[in-house]
Amino acid sequence: MAQQVCIFAENKPGRLERLTKILKDAHINMRAITIATSQGFGIIKLIVNDPVKTAETLRAKGLTAYLREVIAVLMDDQPGGLQKIAEVFARKEINIEDAYGFVIKDKNQAVMIFDVEEMPEAVTLLSKAGFILLNDEELYNL
Amino acid sequence: MYWNKDIETLDRDGLEKMQLALLRKTVEQAGHSPYYQLLFQQEGIAPDTIKGLDDIRRIPFITKDTLREHYPYGFLAVPRGQIVRMHSSSGTTGRATVIFHTARDIDEWAGLVARCMYMTGVRPDDVFQNMMGYGLFTGGLGFHYGAEKLGAMVIPAGAGNSKRQIMLMQEFDATVIHIIPSYGLHLVETFRTMGIDPHKDLKLRIAFIGAEPHTEETRQRIEQAYGVKAYNSYGLSEMNGPGVAFECPCQNGLHTWEDSYILEVIDPATLEPVPDGVEGELVFTSLRREGMPLLRYRTRDLAFVYPEPCPCGRTHRRISRIKGRTDDMLIVKGVNMFPIQIEKALMAIPEVGSNFQIILDTIDDNDFMTVKAEIRAEMFTGDLKHLESVRKRIIDDLRSELLVTPRVELVEPDTLPKSEGKAVRVFDNRKQWG
Repeated sequence: MAQQVCIFAENKPGRLERLTKILKDAHINMRAITIATSQGFGIIKLIVNDPVKTAETLRAKGLTAYLREVIAVLMDDQPGGLQKIAEVFARKEINIEDAYGFVIKDKNQAVMIFDVEEMPEAVTLLSKAGFILLNDEELYNL
Repeated sequence: MYWNKDIETLDRDGLEKMQLALLRKTVEQAGHSPYYQLLFQQEGIAPDTIKGLDDIRRIPFITKDTLREHYPYGFLAVPRGQIVRMHSSSGTTGRATVIFHTARDIDEWAGLVARCMYMTGVRPDDVFQNMMGYGLFTGGLGFHYGAEKLGAMVIPAGAGNSKRQIMLMQEFDATVIHIIPSYGLHLVETFRTMGIDPHKDLKLRIAFIGAEPHTEETRQRIEQAYGVKAYNSYGLSEMNGPGVAFECPCQNGLHTWEDSYILEVIDPATLEPVPDGVEGELVFTSLRREGMPLLRYRTRDLAFVYPEPCPCGRTHRRISRIKGRTDDMLIVKGVNMFPIQIEKALMAIPEVGSNFQIILDTIDDNDFMTVKAEIRAEMFTGDLKHLESVRKRIIDDLRSELLVTPRVELVEPDTLPKSEGKAVRVFDNRKQWG
């Protein structure tokens, strides 16, 4: 399992910059970032090289950070790559709460991050179907 | 022009004699209630110890808190069977105060409201559209009974539903309306979208505006937009409701009906009386109530008494517009509320941290309440849906507590001023006080 850093942020100018400044000063590198917003607030989600250190650093600076377990699936960067994964979820009626991906260009590979309600079941299904699930270290070493 | 000329123009001496006789009667009647029975015993107060009006000062003040401590029947001065109605001030969880009325109380009250309406020119052939909330709130039923007593036709429209309000005004040729001033201004926009010009398309000539403090500018805007004369109405449920003080055609101060109430104005710090013309807290004693007489009730409303006589010929002293409050009560969309109600509702939600803010604004002539609540870091799991449900729960809980729907913003922990000391929780950006 991989860990995603979730940060609560009010939807206001300068909020992201405050976060990126802390990450920069702590020499934290990002693999992926997404921002989901609702009525006046949002959640920033990060895949970083060192999630535990990131969360600790952010909390020390007064931010509200939470480490959330997510599924990181390695896939081929080619047409139909995501379809194979989605098919597994669809067949077993696993509902996806949140998903995003990023590509690793020099390897022609991509990583999809999934947040689902039925986490253990999804992990078992994907493993059985032959997918490679990455932990924090493996994500970082890509 | 007078509903009851003898009483409305009675000279000072006559008024005070009447007040003294009624005060003695009220002390006697109040003595039947558990609260006053004990108090009068302790203080040695009886009708015959009230020799002059100044003796009222021997009777201790009461406040909303006193009423709450003796909730619900501690002030009841008649057997329950004689009560025909109750009203309650806003606040649903323990903050409410309840007032009970006998049939005679309701009749006396209706008479006072009829007197107010008649004073401004309402006559039996008028059509009166009552746009105030009916129910526990006194504004709706108080005016309803007053208008019926006067003999006008009442359209009991109640609050809200702007298009239907305008349709009723138009179809039934309403000539008189009773409306919360902020809603009155808000409705102007609905006139525009419906393509109705109140000056040409409606028959309105009089508006009663009350239930929330407002400025002279607000009155003038309503008068211009509707083509009416707008009269300020003052009352509080503890003293029946509307009909305590009302503007006459001079529109310069509100005549307090001194044949039915004793008005005192005190310095809220020293509790000593202040002279006419000096701002202080209004204190009322009911003089004609049998179900639940209240003596020296501190309203927390700040105003002053006009020292000079009114050109209209009425001798009952006039109070100014309400200038403010001595406590932290807020009036939003005509609904009374206290910050502690909001605090209690928020603190019952585990995801909410200990600090919050209440921001009041006027947007498009409407009151808007925004509540900022900190989320608790320990409860954060990075789940947006969860946060949305927390926000929705805050809105729902506050709505059922306050009867007003606030906007709710979730903010980061420890970003609002701490609750220790005197954190300013309320930011009122409205121009509410005249």
